[in-house]
Amino acid sequence: MTLTATGTDTLGDVAKRDVAQRDFAANDALMLRALGISKTFTLHPQGGVQIPALHKVDLDVSRGECIVLVGPSGAGKSSLLRCLYGNYLASAGAIYVRGSALSTTAAAGGATVGAAVGVAAANRGAPADRSAPVDERAQDGHGTAVCTELTHASPHQVIALRRQTLGYVSQFLHVIPRVSTLSIVAEPLVLRGIGAREAEDRARALLSRLMVPQRLWTLPPATFSGGEQQRVNIARGLIAEHPILLLDEPTASLDAENRDVVAELIVEARERGAAIVGIFHDEETRNKVATRRLELKPVLRAVA
Amino acid sequence: MMEPLLKVRQLSKRYGSRIGCENVSFDMYPGEVLCVVGESGSGKSTLLNTLALRTPADAGSLQYATTQGDWLDLLTLSEPRRRMLMRTEWGFVEQNPRDGLRAAVSAGANIGEPLMAVGARHYGQIRDTAAQWMDRVELDTARIDELPAAFSGGMQQRLQIARNLVTNPRLVFMDEPTAGLDVSVQARLLDLLRTLTSQLHLSALVVTHDIGVARLLAHRLMVMQHGQVVEAGLTDQVLDDPQHPYTQLLVSSVLPV
Repeated sequence: MTLTATGTDTLGDVAKRDVAQRDFAANDALMLRALGISKTFTLHPQGGVQIPALHKVDLDVSRGECIVLVGPSGAGKSSLLRCLYGNYLASAGAIYVRGSALSTTAAAGGATVGAAVGVAAANRGAPADRSAPVDERAQDGHGTAVCTELTHASPHQVIALRRQTLGYVSQFLHVIPRVSTLSIVAEPLVLRGIGAREAEDRARALLSRLMVPQRLWTLPPATFSGGEQQRVNIARGLIAEHPILLLDEPTASLDAENRDVVAELIVEARERGAAIVGIFHDEETRNKVATRRLELKPVLRAVA
Repeated sequence: MMEPLLKVRQLSKRYGSRIGCENVSFDMYPGEVLCVVGESGSGKSTLLNTLALRTPADAGSLQYATTQGDWLDLLTLSEPRRRMLMRTEWGFVEQNPRDGLRAAVSAGANIGEPLMAVGARHYGQIRDTAAQWMDRVELDTARIDELPAAFSGGMQQRLQIARNLVTNPRLVFMDEPTAGLDVSVQARLLDLLRTLTSQLHLSALVVTHDIGVARLLAHRLMVMQHGQVVEAGLTDQVLDDPQHPYTQLLVSSVLPV
């Protein structure tokens, strides 16, 4: 099984990437570095038609920054966020994340992950000129920091990264039958090993802040309104205070008052030192939260 | 170091000239749920049965990490050793609960038996543990002395799960655990499995043809077609960004609710 790549790396690209990787490891303020990210979808059931979504996108995100992706619909904004989260496989490029792929589940209590590369990485069939290692230890002034290169990380490592470092608020709430709103919001903390009671207290506080009525907390969110579901989704995404946050249209279905609260929460996260990349359709929220903008233009044709 | 629990390399099983499963390689880690999806005849059940040592492999290697930290070569394991492993560290949840329960003994006894098989002797404690587990899988403890046949299909499946989990296994194999159950019953069972695998830090390998089940339960997904693993990776990645033509077909065929 081969992955369809549209951007072939030149020797120049590889050299540039090695330098960028070393720079990234040495600069403690830099939380995420995406280099040359390209993404093309190949739709096999539709005769193999190729849909290019991203072409050689570079992005650096530091602590305390909130980068807002702007561009027309179809420009690849969501696709970029999903690549950064490991939800989409980038067709080309590298993504460096400052965060360990150490697995610290509640039961494992601090066990570290080995360098075992999962089947996914093997299936991706890394081309010969990709030299990015799965995991790299870098010494900086603050002691040992661990940087992970996401596109070659095993599923196991990505899961660990998502638990500790990479937070994501998707556009729509993924609804699970029977699970209460409170459990959904508390879950990221529980997965980190925090006790159920404390996790639920923090979930309640956040749900109150987001003005989700208390009578809804014990109910599964499947029957909630779009705006309510979105706020539950936001609460779940923000509660664990991840160092890197990826936000995909978190305010799309919200009224002005709720949008303000979400903007406040994002600014608080930013001021806490989180590195944030977000997509927001309304200009007012963008103005409140953004420290920088990155414009994406739709890729007009597949690059040979 | 978080080492894998199970190392599978180039595992193959044939039925004469027909391929059951071929060249399957992957690692399983403690506390993770891995779903194997595929349509009828994809080889997923063959893979499951070969991994669980119910049927002999034709090629490849299978290694299991013991609690002492050694690697056990499963394909050359003696029969008594295999049985001990199945009793003490592994579980197998059958698709049809009647295949995984003893019809002649009570619900409580079905849960208590595995405990006795690993040396428990105190009747009162065994009965208490059985009652606790019935509670955990949402079965009425007042029915502890009833025979499995007195319970509904969904309840029997939950009883089978309790029977498998009572010994605190490290690795549980499940063969289509929700197939044949009503949707609401399915939802309840999946919720239970989701909670238990997380709380008990259980590793589970679940075979299913239902992508929704995989989405809900699994950290990782393997897609099989014609005996081969055609795609594998993080569940959300494989379902949201499928690469292989067959995976794309599967994902696009799921009926939306």
